[in-house]
Amino acid sequence: MSWITARRRHPAAGYAVVLLGLIAIGIVYAAFTAPGSPASAAAPAAARQDIAEGQALFARTCATCHGMNAQGTSAGPSLIGVGAAAVDFQVSTGRMPAAEIGAEMDRKPPRFGAKQTHELAAYIASLGGGPAIPAPEQVAAAGANVALGQQLFITNCAQCHNFVGAGGALTYGKYAPPLTASTPTQIYEAMLTGPEAMPLFNDSTITPSEKRDIAAYVTETRAEPNPGGFSLGRVGPVTEGIVVWLGGIGLLVASAWWIAAKRREQA
Amino acid sequence: MSETGEYPDDLQHGSGGLAEAEDQAGQTRAPHRVIGTPSPAEAHILLATEHPDAAPPVPRELPADPPDLVKAKRAERVVATLFILAMLSGFAFIASYVGFPVHTVDRVLRSNLALGTSLTLSLLFLGAGTVIWVRQLMPDVELTEQRKPLASPENDRQAFAQTFKEGADASQFIKRPVLRRTLIAATVPLGLAPVLLLRDMGPLPRTSLRHTAWRKGTRLVISGTNRPLRPADFDSPGGMITVIPEGYQDNDVELAKAATIIIKFAPGQLQPPTVMNWTVDNIVAYSKICTHVGCPVALYEQTTHHILCPCHQSTFDATKGATVLFGPASRPLPQLPITTDAAGYLVAQSDYHEPVGPSFWERG
Amino acid sequence: MNMANQPAGDAGGGPVEKALASTGTFLDDRFRAAKSTRTFLRKIFPDHWSFLLGEIALYSFIILLLTGTFLTFFFKPSMTSVVYHGSYVHLDGVRMSEAYSSTLNISFDVRGGLLMRQIHHWAADLFMGAIMAHMIRIFFTGAYRKPREFNWLIGIVLFTLGMLEGLFGYSLPDDLLSGAGLRILEGVIQSLPIVGTYVAFFLFGGQFPGDVIIPRLYILHVLLIPGLLLALITAHLFFMFHQKHTQMPGKGHTDQNVVGQPMYPYFMAKTGAFFFFTFGVTALLATFAQINPIWLYGPFTPVAISAGSQPDFYMGMLEGALRMFPSWSWNVLGHTFAFNVFIPGLLPLGLLFTGAALWPFIERWILRDQREHHVNDRPRNAPTRTAIGIAVIAAYGVFWLEGANDVIAAHFAIPLYTTTVIARYAIFIVPAIAYTVTKRICLGLQRKDAHLLEHGVETGIIRQLPDGEYIEVTRPVDEEAYAVLTARATEPQALPQPTEDDENGVPDPAARGSIGKLRLRLNRVLTENVPLPIGNGHSNGHGEPERAAVTTGDPARPAVGPGGDSPSESA
Repeated sequence: MSWITARRRHPAAGYAVVLLGLIAIGIVYAAFTAPGSPASAAAPAAARQDIAEGQALFARTCATCHGMNAQGTSAGPSLIGVGAAAVDFQVSTGRMPAAEIGAEMDRKPPRFGAKQTHELAAYIASLGGGPAIPAPEQVAAAGANVALGQQLFITNCAQCHNFVGAGGALTYGKYAPPLTASTPTQIYEAMLTGPEAMPLFNDSTITPSEKRDIAAYVTETRAEPNPGGFSLGRVGPVTEGIVVWLGGIGLLVASAWWIAAKRREQA
Repeated sequence: MSETGEYPDDLQHGSGGLAEAEDQAGQTRAPHRVIGTPSPAEAHILLATEHPDAAPPVPRELPADPPDLVKAKRAERVVATLFILAMLSGFAFIASYVGFPVHTVDRVLRSNLALGTSLTLSLLFLGAGTVIWVRQLMPDVELTEQRKPLASPENDRQAFAQTFKEGADASQFIKRPVLRRTLIAATVPLGLAPVLLLRDMGPLPRTSLRHTAWRKGTRLVISGTNRPLRPADFDSPGGMITVIPEGYQDNDVELAKAATIIIKFAPGQLQPPTVMNWTVDNIVAYSKICTHVGCPVALYEQTTHHILCPCHQSTFDATKGATVLFGPASRPLPQLPITTDAAGYLVAQSDYHEPVGPSFWERG
Repeated sequence: MNMANQPAGDAGGGPVEKALASTGTFLDDRFRAAKSTRTFLRKIFPDHWSFLLGEIALYSFIILLLTGTFLTFFFKPSMTSVVYHGSYVHLDGVRMSEAYSSTLNISFDVRGGLLMRQIHHWAADLFMGAIMAHMIRIFFTGAYRKPREFNWLIGIVLFTLGMLEGLFGYSLPDDLLSGAGLRILEGVIQSLPIVGTYVAFFLFGGQFPGDVIIPRLYILHVLLIPGLLLALITAHLFFMFHQKHTQMPGKGHTDQNVVGQPMYPYFMAKTGAFFFFTFGVTALLATFAQINPIWLYGPFTPVAISAGSQPDFYMGMLEGALRMFPSWSWNVLGHTFAFNVFIPGLLPLGLLFTGAALWPFIERWILRDQREHHVNDRPRNAPTRTAIGIAVIAAYGVFWLEGANDVIAAHFAIPLYTTTVIARYAIFIVPAIAYTVTKRICLGLQRKDAHLLEHGVETGIIRQLPDGEYIEVTRPVDEEAYAVLTARATEPQALPQPTEDDENGVPDPAARGSIGKLRLRLNRVLTENVPLPIGNGHSNGHGEPERAAVTTGDPARPAVGPGGDSPSESA
C-alpha cells in the first residue's frame, strides 16, 4: 500500500486534497494570465510624411469604427478635434484599436509601436487640432511639487482612482483603472483629454505645471516602498480584514490545535 | 506509579470519575484521579482544621516525572534550544533598535522589518518552547474536579433571606414610606446633574445647517490652487472640477458644507429640473456634499453624466438637476446659482436655495 | 501552618520548600491564603482548542493596552492646524491637524513607532475577530445556557464596546479614510428623528468637523472605554472561574464534574504559551503586512474622498446596510424621516445584539429547561440552534460583503449596481437557504452518528459468508467515541411535551392559549433530532430508541431517522 493510500482515511486527508487542488488551480491560472507589458513612451513632433503614414494606418485599422474621415459611426465616436494627446493615450495604452466593444476599453499590450502611434496622432491632429502630446520636460517628475500634486489628486482623482491610484468601480461595469502601469505622459494626456467616462481637466483648470505635479505624485507614490510590510493592494481595510481572519485567526487556531491536541500514548 | 496515590476505596466518590483508566487495548493511561470536596465526615480526616498538628499526609495528585525520561531529555534539549533562540532574537531586537535609524521611508522599512522580525521570532520561539515543555516534559494527567450545584443550599438561602429582611426592617426603609420617597426625591436632581453638565458640549443647531458660506458675489475658486475661474477657462464639455468659496480654503467647517463641483456641458445637454438661470454657459454647479450621509460626491462619469458617490453608491443625473438615479440618497444634490461678476469670474448668485448635505429632522 | 509535611515530597524540592517556608509563610500570615490559593492552583481546565478563542481576545486586549500606552506618549490629540515639515517629504508643506502630524511622526520619526502602531491596529482587528469567533463558539456549543447567561450578556456588551473602541481608535489620526467614516457617523446621528442634530452638535461641539472631536474621541478611547472593558473582562473571567469552565462531551464528562488538567502548572504554562503565540502572530502581521498607511491616505479634508472607502472590517456590517438600503424618506409637516439612513444605521445591529442577548432566555422558555448545563453540545446535536446561528452569520456576511461592494465590483468585474441589487435580495434569500441547508447537514451528521452507534466502525476487512455474500467487518466504537456520540442521550433536548390532557382531562397549563401553542410549535422545531440507537456495535438494523423523549415528542409526528420516514439503512 503506498504512503498516500495508507493515509486515505486520515482526518486531514480531505482537507489536504482540497488544498492541493486549490494550489494547482492557482498555479495554472497564474501561468495563463501573464501581466501586460507597459506602453511605450511619447513620440516627437509631427511631419508631413507622418500624417500620410498615419492616414494609411488609420484607414487600415481604425476606419471601420471611426469612419474613413474619422467623422464617427455608430460603432465609434468622431475623432475630429480630439487631438494628438488623445490618440497617443488610447493607442499607447493599447486600448485602441479596440478588439471588442465592452463597457470599457481595458489597457492591453499596445498593438502599435512608438513611431506608428506618433503617425496616427499626427494624422488625427491634422484633421481638427486638439490637445497636443506633452513634451517630456512637461511631465518630468524632477522639480515637481509632489505635495500640491497630492492635494489635487486627492480632491479630483481619488474618488475614482483611489488614494494612490489603485483603481475603483464605476457604474454599469465600467471602472477607473489602476494607475500602476501609466507613464507620466499617459497620466497627463488622460487628464487633458478625458478618455471614456473620465472627465477632462483642461489646461486652464488644472495648469500644465499642476498636471505635472499630479503625475509626479502618482509615479512617486507607486514607486514608494511600503515601510509597514506588504501593501495588501493599497485598497484599505478590505484586504486588511481578509488578512486578519485568514492569517491572524487562522494561525492562532492552528497553534490552539497544537496546544490542545491529545497527546499520543507515551511508551 | 499508577498504583500509588489512589484514593482508598472508602473515599471514592463522584459519579463521573472512573477508578482507573484502561482503554480497550489494555494499556493503562495516566491515572485518573478524583479531586473533590470530601464529605463533611471525611473533611475531618483530610483537612485537619481542628487538629493542626495531627494533619495526615495528603496523597500525591500529580506524578513527578513523565514516564519516558529519555524522550523527556530530548525534549528538554529542544525546548532549551528554542529558548536560547528566543533570547538571541531578543538581543537582535535591542540591536535593531540601536542600529537601524529612521526618518526616511526606506530606513523605516528596514527598521520595521528588523524590529518586527526579531520581536516575532522571540515571541514565537518562547511560545513554541513552552508548548513543547508542557506537552513532552510535564507528565500527562487527566484530573477530575467535582462541581457543586451553583444554587446555594436551602438553609444558606434562608439565612441570607433572614439577614436581608432583618436589615431591611432595621433600616426602616420599607416601614416608613415618607423616608423612602423623600430620599428618592433628594437624589433625582443630583442624578440629573451630570447630564445637565454636558449641555455646553456643543451649541444648539438652530439654523446653522440651513446655510453655507456662499453669498451673492462669492467667487468660485479651484480647490487646492485657490484660483478663480472664468467661463472661458472652463470651456471643454466633459470637464469637471471642485470649487470652494474664495477665502475659505482653511475653514474645514465651512468647506464641509460649501464644497461644490462645477461641470461643463455641451449646449442642449442640460434639461429640467436643472435651473438654467442658475447656470453660466452650460456650466452647472452642484453641491459636492452627498445628501445621503455627507461624503464628498465627486465621481463624475463624462459619458453617462452620472455623479456617483463612492461611499454608498448614490447616483445623481447631472443633466437633470442631479436627481437621484440609484442608491440610498433620497434627495437630489442642491444646485448652486452661479453667474459671472464684472471681471468675468464665476461667482455665486446667492447661497444654496436649500440645506446641503444629509437630511435632518428639522429640514423640512 | 506547616506546609512542609508532605510525605510524597518532590524529589529535588529543597528550594521549593524553603521558598514556601519563608515567602509563603510571610504572605499567609497576612492573608490567610493557603486554602483559597490551593483551590486556585488545583482548578481544573478542560482541554479543547476552541476554548482558546476567548484567550485570543484577552491577550489581544493586553497587547492593545501595552502598545496603546506607548502610542499615548507620542500622539497629540489635537485638531490644531499645522503645516507639515517632517520626514515624509510627499506631504511637506501640506496643512494638516496635529493629530495627523503626530501620527506621521510616530510612523517615521520614532524608532519602533511604526511597528507599535501596526501591532496596535492588528491587535485591534484580531481582538474583534477573536470576539466574533469566541461568541460563535459559545453559541454553537450552547455554552451560554444556565448558569452562564450573565457572561453571555457581558460578552455582547464587550463586543459593542470593542466596536466603538476600534472606531474611535482608528479615527484618532484624522486621516482622509477615517475622517470620511466620522462624516458618515455624523450623518447617521444627524438623521435620527427629533434628537439627531442635537446629539451630533453635542458630540462634535458644533458642525462637522469642528475642532474638538479628536480630543473627545481620544479620552473615550484611552480612558473611558478601556476602563469599562477592563472591568467587564475582569467580571467575565471571574464568573468563568467561579462557575468553572464548560467541557466538551467525552468519557467521564458529566454535568457534575470538570475533567482536564490543573491550573498549576499545566494551564498556566499553556495559557502563557498562547499569550506568546498571540503576541507573536500579531507582531508577525505587523512586520509583514502594512495596515492603515495613513501617509498614503493623506490628512482629512472635507472636500475629498477616495474610491473604495471602507471602515475596519468589524464595522463593515453597518457600511453594507447603508449601501444596501433603498432611498426611502418621508417629508411631512416640515420634518424629515430619513429612513434611508437611520434604519440601516440602527436596525440590523440592533436586531443582532438584541436577538443575541435574548436568545438564552428565549431558548430556555421554549425548551422549558431550568437545569444547569456544563457539558457543551456538539453543534450537530442542536440542529435548529445551529441552523439559526448559521443563518444569522449568513445575513451578517451579506451585509459585510455589500460593505465592500465597490472593491468587489472593481476586482471581480461585476457591475456596481448589480452587487447592490443582489445584496437586496440575498439578505432574505441567503439566510433562509443557509438555515435549511445547515439543518439538513446537522440531521445528516446525526444520522451518521446513529449509524456508527448502530453498526460500528468499518475495519476495511471484507469477509465472505458461506452463502457467498460479502460483508465488511465492523467493530464497536471505542469508549471515548461512544461517550461523545451518546452525549446527547444524557441531555434530552426536550422535556416531554404533553399535548394530550392528563387523567382528569385538563390540558397542560403551559400549552394553553396562543402563547402556549406557539411555544409548543417552537419546541417541536427546536428539538427536531434523529433518535439515538443506544446499542453499540450490534447490527440490528431497527435501532429502537431507548428514550422516546429524544424525538420531537409528538406521537402524531413521526421522528426523522432510520425506521422513520426515510428508507432504513441496511447493515
